[in-house]
Amino acid sequence: MNRVLPILAVVAALVALWYAAVSPMNIHTALDQAARDGIEVTPPEATIRRDMSGLALVLQNPQAIPLTYAQERPQLPAPHQVVAEFWKTTAEQNVTSRRSLLYHAWITLSATLLGFGIGTALGILLAIGIVHNRAMDMSVMPWAIASQTIPILAIAPMIIVVLNSVGVTGLIPKALISAYLSFFPVVVGMVTGLRSPDAMQLDLLKTYSTARREVLWKLRLPASMPYLFTSLKVGIAASLVGAIVGELPTGAAGGLGARLLAGSYYGQTIQIWSALFAAALLAAIMVGTIGLIQRATLKRMGMAG
Amino acid sequence: MSDATAPRRDRGWLDPETLRLTAGFAVMILVSVVIEPRIVPVLAVWGALWWVNIRLANLPRTPVTRLAVPVIFGATILIVWQMLVRALDVPGVILPAPTDIAARIAQSPGILWADFLQTFVKGALSGYVIGCTAAFLTAIVIDRSPFLQRGLLPVGNFVAALPIIGTAPILVMWFGFDWQSKAAVVVAMVFFPVLVNTVQGLQEATAMQRDQMHTYGASYGQMLLKLRLPAAMPFVFNGLKIASTLALIGAIVAEFFGSPVVGMGFRISTSVGQLALDMVWAEITVAAIAGSLFYGAVALVERRVTFWHPSHRK
Repeated sequence: MNRVLPILAVVAALVALWYAAVSPMNIHTALDQAARDGIEVTPPEATIRRDMSGLALVLQNPQAIPLTYAQERPQLPAPHQVVAEFWKTTAEQNVTSRRSLLYHAWITLSATLLGFGIGTALGILLAIGIVHNRAMDMSVMPWAIASQTIPILAIAPMIIVVLNSVGVTGLIPKALISAYLSFFPVVVGMVTGLRSPDAMQLDLLKTYSTARREVLWKLRLPASMPYLFTSLKVGIAASLVGAIVGELPTGAAGGLGARLLAGSYYGQTIQIWSALFAAALLAAIMVGTIGLIQRATLKRMGMAG
Repeated sequence: MSDATAPRRDRGWLDPETLRLTAGFAVMILVSVVIEPRIVPVLAVWGALWWVNIRLANLPRTPVTRLAVPVIFGATILIVWQMLVRALDVPGVILPAPTDIAARIAQSPGILWADFLQTFVKGALSGYVIGCTAAFLTAIVIDRSPFLQRGLLPVGNFVAALPIIGTAPILVMWFGFDWQSKAAVVVAMVFFPVLVNTVQGLQEATAMQRDQMHTYGASYGQMLLKLRLPAAMPFVFNGLKIASTLALIGAIVAEFFGSPVVGMGFRISTSVGQLALDMVWAEITVAAIAGSLFYGAVALVERRVTFWHPSHRK
């Protein structure tokens, strides 16, 4: 429990820093608007103001500070503006409405989960193949490790457009990118996990003349569980990033990535920030869920530390 | 190493694995004769090369086989890809053949080099240096306060799992279309992984080692420089390696949200729009080579710095 207070302090410091940064970030546009509305600002010339730092302007125009927290399209929205937008687009909208953030989050989530499922299943299968087949191990493993250093995400736009051109649209292309991103962490983690039983345990099963399939079921798979969950956490975070980036190039109708892109086209900063928070929340919930399943599973198996 | 991957004794040319392989490919070839006869030679070449790999893999492990097997596997994929595209007349707007991509790389080294400079050197590398330095210095400052450590580590771990790439549109709005905004995205992406790893690493020196330094009357600075920083290096480099892959991803994806008319992400998104997929693949090839060289360079420095660590001892 002695971690709660420090964490709260750090979070509070971050929020305070955020609030403090809002005024200098927004003061230029706020003063331009105030000058247009006939309010006196110093200095009155817009060209001089443009070259001044935000902090200097705030100090000279303390009366304009409240304005910087209530703009419609601020450079940096204040936390309460983001929370208000978040509330408005989640609780006060019908979930099936296109203006609902939940609707967009669901589109992204479904692609993420579908892709994560495919990627994890294929990853586990390939890892089992690698552990049982020497040729596969030596051929595939170096490439699986090397592929983690490659910016795979860069091919996302191409996958989307090519699949669209052959008639595959909607959920599947995004899910494929998610699958691809979660695939390699699972392969590498599971190969390590399936090899984690030591020689003594394997030898014991050998003295029982256990079939390889039985060794897999009774020893290798149970022993690999901690490694599996660790790589699942990495994999699901990567899947979410994949789904979001997959929504960028098509000008997709829905999804958190589409919200980000639309927000950046139309300068709707508050919309960008609330989509960003939805994505962060989604990531936290998914990683947290896997963590809970991990704890329950390992406890049931008697492996919890 | 487990029993399944231990070297096998040579059981002659007709060992069960070869038989199974031959039977499997024979069935696939028979099926394809009926469905799609054009891919029969592809399957034959694939089977032959895979058989070579199985033979090589079952020899005793030497540096030569260790290198040859993955290289042959990679070559198999390229050859099968090339033959499939040619045999089935796959249009270039869906999947160009490897030779088309190589031709594109040979034809436009100027464009690729300019994009590389813009995205990798200006965007990714400068952001990487700024972000990692800032994270490293922050970690040393935090290290003096256990209260901050307890608070920042969980927050940092949490932030490191978030899709930070989503801040790209905001940072592009703040820092403009040029490389500065890409560097800012990279800074945001690499900061927390490096911070968390460095803070963890600084706790690595054991109580016994610290006590020894105390008996020498070491000051805080001496303790930091001579004991705790060296002991932290394996963790720091773990963070730096994670950050090296994040940096290139951040710089490329940030360009999808707005960029000058140069850069790898810009070229990828516009070439996709023009259906010039050979150009896209050429950029991806450059990105893959740059990414693995970058990672390799960091790993090489790690080996020089942490030569004392058990994982690097011969």
